[in-house]
Amino acid sequence: MHITQGTFSYLPPLTDDQIRAQIQYSLDNGWAVSVEFTDDPHPRNFLWEMWGLPMFDMKDPAAILLEVNRCREAYPGRYVRVNAYDSRLHRQTTALSFIVQRPAEEPGFRLDRQESHDRSIRYTLHPYATERPEGERYPRG
Amino acid sequence: MEDNGTNSFKMVPGRSAPPGAGAPAVDPADEKSAGTPLPPGMSNIELPEITDAGGVDVAELVRETRVFDVLDELDTELVGLAPVKTRIREIASLLIVDMMRRRAGLDSERPTLHMSFTGSPGTGKTTVALRMATVLHRLGYLAKGHLVAVTRDDLVGQYIGHTAPKTREVLKRAMGGVLFIDEAYYLYRQENERDYGQESIEILLQVMENQRQDIVVVLAGYKDRMETFFQSNPGMGSRIAHHIDFPDYTLDELMAIAKLMLQQQRYDLSPEAEQAFHELIEIRMTRPRFANARSVRNALERARLRQAGRLVSGGQGFLTKDDLMRIEAADIRKSSLFKADAEAAGTPASENAHTG
Ligand SMILES: Nc1ncnc2c1ncn2[C@@H]1O[C@H](COP(=O)(O)OP(=O)(O)O)[C@@H](O)[C@H]1O
Repeated sequence: MHITQGTFSYLPPLTDDQIRAQIQYSLDNGWAVSVEFTDDPHPRNFLWEMWGLPMFDMKDPAAILLEVNRCREAYPGRYVRVNAYDSRLHRQTTALSFIVQRPAEEPGFRLDRQESHDRSIRYTLHPYATERPEGERYPRG
Repeated sequence: MEDNGTNSFKMVPGRSAPPGAGAPAVDPADEKSAGTPLPPGMSNIELPEITDAGGVDVAELVRETRVFDVLDELDTELVGLAPVKTRIREIASLLIVDMMRRRAGLDSERPTLHMSFTGSPGTGKTTVALRMATVLHRLGYLAKGHLVAVTRDDLVGQYIGHTAPKTREVLKRAMGGVLFIDEAYYLYRQENERDYGQESIEILLQVMENQRQDIVVVLAGYKDRMETFFQSNPGMGSRIAHHIDFPDYTLDELMAIAKLMLQQQRYDLSPEAEQAFHELIEIRMTRPRFANARSVRNALERARLRQAGRLVSGGQGFLTKDDLMRIEAADIRKSSLFKADAEAAGTPASENAHTG
């Protein structure tokens, strides 16, 4: 199951040229860009691991792509995303966030139904990947 | 986004991923900004097809890119340095031709552009590197064309695991421009093979090789030490395409540089002051840590200070525009250099040389 999330969730995966263009757009706006990774695909897991600190004062997208590629190399089997943070007063939030790498195989989710009081039912998403311990969830780590 | 309390947190990325907030289009061709990904070594300049039948007007290309404007500026801004200026012009021409050759399908690789600038301190290496960055930007070889100047301390850390992030941080800041490493040979300590400098060199080499389209590295320093450095680090030496040597300035050139600097700062030397300054520079040239044009700049700085002191507490009433511009011999002869020199020579100091 191809998981999507973030700004371009409706598009097919971005190519490196497209990623570069988005990073350029972020730098042109003065946003600080950071790289993050995870192997917990649950949609409500928004706190991913940080790959180094957010990058400030970068002029060229090549600088961020360098870190994207280092992260991809270190974790070839995990999700990697790029975030751009707009620190201006009144915004102070993530302005852009998109996935730049995903595991080759994504086993997807199971929907669990829990019987509750008065015949009501609670639903929860169970990612198959998280049945295994962290770091062993996807082939190639 | 109000609902997840984003007002209160500062730079903590990844808290939320609002959809639909990105650049309007994903197609890089729509991105007007300078960062549109260019194939390595190609410029934003659109060259038409070059074949046997049809070519490109070089003169127009040169006009369009305004490369030679930068070099003309360099000519007026820097006194002397004829061999350096010629080399820079040659390199610029080579890059223009390379650009056209690639369009004609004769070359495919982008040329290596890393350089070494050798010469004593204050011979204009940083200034030329700054201009070189602009040239490379105008020709489309660099996306931004800024200059990041560093020394060993900016690249090498104090403990294990400190160096790599430090070096990478500097490299990232320099992406799209020129990384100028002053006294680059300090990165390599022959006597200590576990010196962290080696780690920095390896990262530099990797980026110099793999990201040639994103960054140009200029290594600067004394010529002899740089040669030794390249001998012990052949990997570094082999990645340098252009070696440019900056000769020391002659006394006359240093005087011309002084005049140029004064002109830029709207100051003026009286004829006696000029004579005094000539003598001052002559003495300074023999002293340790003489730094060519930089020593000239510093000497002028101090003369300005003394002039200001004389004007403000010298008991003069009205000051004309001329007074404000003029530096007198006394402002220069008060330099401690004259005193020390007179003592060294065993002759009594001239009456102007009393510094009190
Ligand atoms: N030929 C020259 N003409 C005028 N000014 C010069 C010249 N060479 C150097 N300078 C000035 O001297 C100072 C030091 O030059 P810089 O480029 O920093 O030297 P380096 O990098 O070789 O130590 C700068 O302020 C520069 O403007």
